[in-house]
Amino acid sequence: MKILVPLKRTADPDNANKIKIGAGGAKIETTGLEPKANPFDEYAVEASLRLIENGQTKARNAGDKLTVVSFGPKEAATNIRQALAMGGDDGLLFLSDDESLDGDLVARALARVVEQQKPDLVVLGKQAVDGDSNQVGQILAELLQWPSATFAMSIELSADKKTAIVGREVDGGVIKLKLTLPAVITVDLRIVAPKSVVNHVTPATFNYPEGARFTPLPMIIKAKTKPIVEAPIASLGVEGALKSKYASFALPPARKGGVKVKDVAELVQKLRTEAKVL
Amino acid sequence: MSKILVVAEVSGAKLKKTTLSAIGFARAAGLPFDVLVLGQGVGAAAEELRAYGAGAVKVADGAALANYVGETFAPTVSEAAKGYSVVVVTASSFGKDLAPRVAARLGAGFASDIAGVENAGGALSYKRPMYAGNALATMQITTPVQVVSVRQSEFEAAAPSGGSSPVEAVAVAPAPLAGRVEFVSFDEVKSARPELAEAKVVVSGGRSLKSAEGFKTVLEPLVDVMGAAMGASRAAVDAGYVPNDLQVGQTGKVVAPKLYIAVGISGAIQHIAGMKNSKVIVAINKDPEAPIFQLADYGLVADLYKAVPELTEAVKKIRAEG
Repeated sequence: MKILVPLKRTADPDNANKIKIGAGGAKIETTGLEPKANPFDEYAVEASLRLIENGQTKARNAGDKLTVVSFGPKEAATNIRQALAMGGDDGLLFLSDDESLDGDLVARALARVVEQQKPDLVVLGKQAVDGDSNQVGQILAELLQWPSATFAMSIELSADKKTAIVGREVDGGVIKLKLTLPAVITVDLRIVAPKSVVNHVTPATFNYPEGARFTPLPMIIKAKTKPIVEAPIASLGVEGALKSKYASFALPPARKGGVKVKDVAELVQKLRTEAKVL
Repeated sequence: MSKILVVAEVSGAKLKKTTLSAIGFARAAGLPFDVLVLGQGVGAAAEELRAYGAGAVKVADGAALANYVGETFAPTVSEAAKGYSVVVVTASSFGKDLAPRVAARLGAGFASDIAGVENAGGALSYKRPMYAGNALATMQITTPVQVVSVRQSEFEAAAPSGGSSPVEAVAVAPAPLAGRVEFVSFDEVKSARPELAEAKVVVSGGRSLKSAEGFKTVLEPLVDVMGAAMGASRAAVDAGYVPNDLQVGQTGKVVAPKLYIAVGISGAIQHIAGMKNSKVIVAINKDPEAPIFQLADYGLVADLYKAVPELTEAVKKIRAEG
């Protein structure tokens, strides 16, 4: 089975409070923040590997393949390479800058990549941690007219690989959907729990470690020889004006810290008499 | 004349409060609006919606809409949206899934999870937080039809304004993908506690609670004596102590209660994004350097295993005294 994982290069989300507004509100400056793969996309890579491998032996069927695609600067090859070190087979990098893309254009470009690559599944993060839009997977599914499940916390692939039951983490519980492949799945945090992905190849007794996998040195070295094909995004032939545009950016109003209280008694007293919330 | 279509959210045919924030958006935009409610047996929800000043309450009722599946809801919403300039839904898990699908079907630009709207002579622009709330962007949509999802904590729930909007039936549109996606089940987590996004008090726990058991024995008594909703940090969710739908933060719920109590939460950027607009913030953490103290109104440096039971007892006493 073939899986396509779109991956976005984003500024280090753990230091997002260090971003600056530049050019008089015209742009967000992320200078000094280490560019990293969007964590949800990294989880999509992990979930995809769990779909195609035997977790215990790490063996794979010859026909199984994981392709990673990114739209971004040349440097995004580093982030693709990292996903290849996790176990991806090859990469596609369509050179573009963020300002010339919106969610709609990214989804339309991805639809072209899907037409070319013909994957059985597209697995992607539910949102990118820079734009926080949570939109590309849903739009892509509509454009392709493929069934889809967003916010996946579990995926059970049928033994014949024709369907998947996906647990969607929603307000108030979990919705399970049965998708007929090919399909689009966007993943949430819990997809990397030890038993979140079932492929009927990995033994039922096997537990994955929590989170995205560690990449040992031999895998990093091996990834250096895996192909990453670069092309301008224009080569996908996706035209048209952006449907949404950012007019300006600002920093949000800062919240001032308050006081430290010495014990629970003082806290209770302040909450009653000063804040009047008890 | 520009007109807004508000998409209502129901659960088990009952109207969800999230809908009232989307109506709040329509009022803030200062434009006339209709409401669309979809589901099976949603007559009572439609009846309830007549009191909010909508031009009409449109109802798509059918067995095909008994459970929410994006592939079956999006075609009906898109059909019903013809003739409107803005389609709005609250960015709950329902709205987050549905809105981009509708935008794609309509060829419309989409503004996700917005925190504000401005109407300058009929041209709408949207404020939306990015980078975990560390930047506030102004977005404009260039297509004739616009699709918007609104952050529930940033748009006041609309109160009934009297009146009785006419109810109109609309057709359930064919869903070509329905044969390839099947609703299997909804495992609902039944809770007597208020919903996170709507609670006046939220008590959240972090990784320092160390286990699911820690949440149960240490945090839950405080949650319940406060009549609060329970939340958690991403670290606690990642560790598997609580389900993800309790996650407060950038990639979870955004809340703005009157009182937010953060227990054993250091204050990672992702978490702060989800609670910094709370009216009063209390932080209990044994690390005096924890970033959460920089925005807490009241910070208590203490061992949570000692402080939380103490606080629970103190609140119990206050409640008993009336």
